Amino acid sequence: MLSTPALVLAIMLFGLGLIGLLSRRNILYMLLSLEIMLNAAALAFIAGGARWGQVDGEIMFLFILTLAAAEVSVALGIVLQLSHRFRTLDADAFCEMRG
Amino acid sequence: MISLLWLIPALPLAGFLVLAIFGGRFTRQQVAWVGCGSVGTAAFTTALVGREFFQGFPDRESYQQTLWNWIDTSGMTVGISWSLDALSLLMVAVITAIGFLIHLYSAEYMAHDDGYARFFAYMNLFVAAMLTLVLADNLLLLYLGWEGVGLCSYLLIGFWYREPEYGTAAQKAFIVTRIGDTAFAIGIFILFTQFKTLSIQQVQSLATETWPVGSNVAMIVAVLFLIGAVGKSAQLPLQVWLPDAMAGPTPVSALIHAATMVTAGVYLIARMHHLFELAPMVQEVIAVLGLVTLLLAATSALVQQDIKRVLAYSTMSQIGYMFLALGVGAWPAALFHFLTHSCFKALLFLAAGSVIHSLHHEQNIFKMGGLRRHLPWTFWTFLIGAAAMSGVPLITSGFYSKDWILWSVWSSPLSHRWIWFGALLGAMLTGLYSFRLIFRVFFGEVRTQPTGESGLAMRLPLVVLAFLALTVGFLEMPHTLGNVTLFSHYLSHALPATAVLPGIDESSEVREQLAVTVAALLGIGLAALLFLPGSLFGARGTDQSTSHPSVTLLQGGWGFDRLYDRLFVRPWFAVTRNSSDMVDRGYEWLAVCAESCHGWLSHTQTGHVRWYAATIAVGTLMLLGLFAM
Amino acid sequence: MEMLFYIAAAVTVLATLRVITHVHAVHALLYLVVALIALSLIFYLLGAQFAAALEIIIYGGAIMVLFIFVVMLLGPLAVEQERTWFSLSAWVGPSILALVLLGEVGYLIASGDHPTMAVAEPRQKAISIALYGPYIIGVELASMLLLPGLIGAYHLGRRLSSEARSC
Repeated sequence: MLSTPALVLAIMLFGLGLIGLLSRRNILYMLLSLEIMLNAAALAFIAGGARWGQVDGEIMFLFILTLAAAEVSVALGIVLQLSHRFRTLDADAFCEMRG
Repeated sequence: MISLLWLIPALPLAGFLVLAIFGGRFTRQQVAWVGCGSVGTAAFTTALVGREFFQGFPDRESYQQTLWNWIDTSGMTVGISWSLDALSLLMVAVITAIGFLIHLYSAEYMAHDDGYARFFAYMNLFVAAMLTLVLADNLLLLYLGWEGVGLCSYLLIGFWYREPEYGTAAQKAFIVTRIGDTAFAIGIFILFTQFKTLSIQQVQSLATETWPVGSNVAMIVAVLFLIGAVGKSAQLPLQVWLPDAMAGPTPVSALIHAATMVTAGVYLIARMHHLFELAPMVQEVIAVLGLVTLLLAATSALVQQDIKRVLAYSTMSQIGYMFLALGVGAWPAALFHFLTHSCFKALLFLAAGSVIHSLHHEQNIFKMGGLRRHLPWTFWTFLIGAAAMSGVPLITSGFYSKDWILWSVWSSPLSHRWIWFGALLGAMLTGLYSFRLIFRVFFGEVRTQPTGESGLAMRLPLVVLAFLALTVGFLEMPHTLGNVTLFSHYLSHALPATAVLPGIDESSEVREQLAVTVAALLGIGLAALLFLPGSLFGARGTDQSTSHPSVTLLQGGWGFDRLYDRLFVRPWFAVTRNSSDMVDRGYEWLAVCAESCHGWLSHTQTGHVRWYAATIAVGTLMLLGLFAM
Repeated sequence: MEMLFYIAAAVTVLATLRVITHVHAVHALLYLVVALIALSLIFYLLGAQFAAALEIIIYGGAIMVLFIFVVMLLGPLAVEQERTWFSLSAWVGPSILALVLLGEVGYLIASGDHPTMAVAEPRQKAISIALYGPYIIGVELASMLLLPGLIGAYHLGRRLSSEARSC
């Protein structure tokens, strides 16, 4: 009974994360929204695992976690580089690959 | 020995391949050895093959040799097969012997040219293609050789490719002969659909069995073949390319446009004579064409300023004689004239080349003069050649061959009296223009200083050809003068003999020969009167800058170039100048489409991360929507 | 049990909303930590206790702390322009997209089955066995993923510091 609402919650979180990703110009906020989306996906996996009573959902959650950790570390390094080079955190300023 | 037949076209082809691939790395000496050697060895092989052929003669009339199957499908089987009979042996002997002499000559003539190896490669390829043409046993192989000589003619006319007008002349030659080639090909197609075979012998025997004389299909095929021959041999109406083809080096003019390629048309008609005998109207057309071309070319040669153009028009005229003979059914006479013509025309071109070479490529005869003392060998050989061409009686070969033709024209049931008179006029004109050339170039005062006589490699072929020009005529002498019939006897196994009207007797033959002699001498005499400096009118040896309209007309070859320009070239250019026709629009539309799509799509590459994320989101939504449906 | 779930879900949604609408970066991060804790409660209720523990330790304890450090490193840069960028018109499009997404997936979920389920037993042992059994390759791949992450982070960060020194 809980897994269906959990899925609905997951999709709501995903939608919120998507809104945040698309409407904030600050890179850090975009990264945060990405984290929210990742969490939403993880919740969906857990809910699926709980529905079927298998451990595979949690295993997937473990992998998502690892992925998020690696991604955040690299992404933050990039953000630091960008901020140093462009002196701003505006995502729209990094459009040199235009056209 | 006779099984070595396949070597004859193969040796020059091998020479071409070697020179094309390695020619850049050879020295001039080596290139000359390979180039002349391949043709020389082919000539030697011809001698061996010919000797054995004669030993088996006349029991064995022809010899076939098949190398391999070229095309082998359910409807058609064509092999690489050679066929040797009297006619093709004659052609092969002429091509290889004169070809060898010309190669030897050009070893010295082209010695200072950059494209030495390229020249010999092309010449070898030409000889190989021409030999393929004459030795071919089936029409497809013959057409291969036909196209090959056309290609080599193009390559060699435009040999000095850095001059744009030479390239244009080469293109003109190729395009005009193409018209003939296409007609020829259509004729071959018709023959194939009728008889399902392409072997020349079978086609001819089937044609004589199944088609009645004068039938429409025979006439159509004969006309198509005639157009092909006319294109290759530079007769009316496709004669416009030959004078401009003189843009090529002189040995090229000697080999291709005097002795061999332009006679391919004559060979074709002689080879397919059964076909032409089935269409007598076409034969009449051939005779009339020959006559008109003869006179047209002779009159044009009278007013030319360039020494090679005079010789080009004279070639056109002499081939007109051959066509005339073919048209009246005098097959052996036409080929005898071919034999003598090859000798003296090659001689004339090579001697002219010697003159041009020593005058540093000056070709305007009004800038020459008095070369008699400076270039003795050239003078005497040129004189022999011109005398042979004019038909100086009794001592030159040209007399015997021209006389035989005129006698056949007089006596054949297929001709008319006025044709004979026209041919006689042509004989006079021949004497006139050839001796005009001699008097202008070799007599009088020196206008351009020559640099001395040519070397041995150039003089030797001149001497050999002069000797041949004098003696080859003795192969066939008429009844009244010794009745030597070696040549006609030799060819009688390949070609039918000339028919003779009843009621023609010896006395009319003597009268006819006298008429020919008088015509030739009259021409020479007139030339001496008009053009020999120091004579009555010859003192006016000035530039022919009189722009009398008739002179200009003759100089332009009776205005055919202008006619074709107005009729074909300008309308074509007008059509193509409108560059946005339907087909082009289609391609342009394609390009415009691609460009505009690029324009639209490039707006999606904004470089903003959020925009890309949004597009990903929208795409995902659309996919989900598809799944939900 | 269900009440607990709905309360935790509400907290999560509200906290996430605050995350994406806040102006101050540090405040947003703290709200995110709250959301993660609520999420871990939901994991626990779904029977994934190990996942719940990991969520707090790794996500909340390591990743979010990393974020906070970077935000503090960037300092004034992170805050200043926010007021100027924050415009309502930018929210319309993404909101519509998210609503459409919600509708679609909601429809898909609703058309599926709804089984009843109780809170499950702890599955720790089963997870371990699964990790070392069928998912061993995944474990190796994850470790391989972490290694470049480490190297990348080191490399990118090092460049910055060397440039800062040279300036």
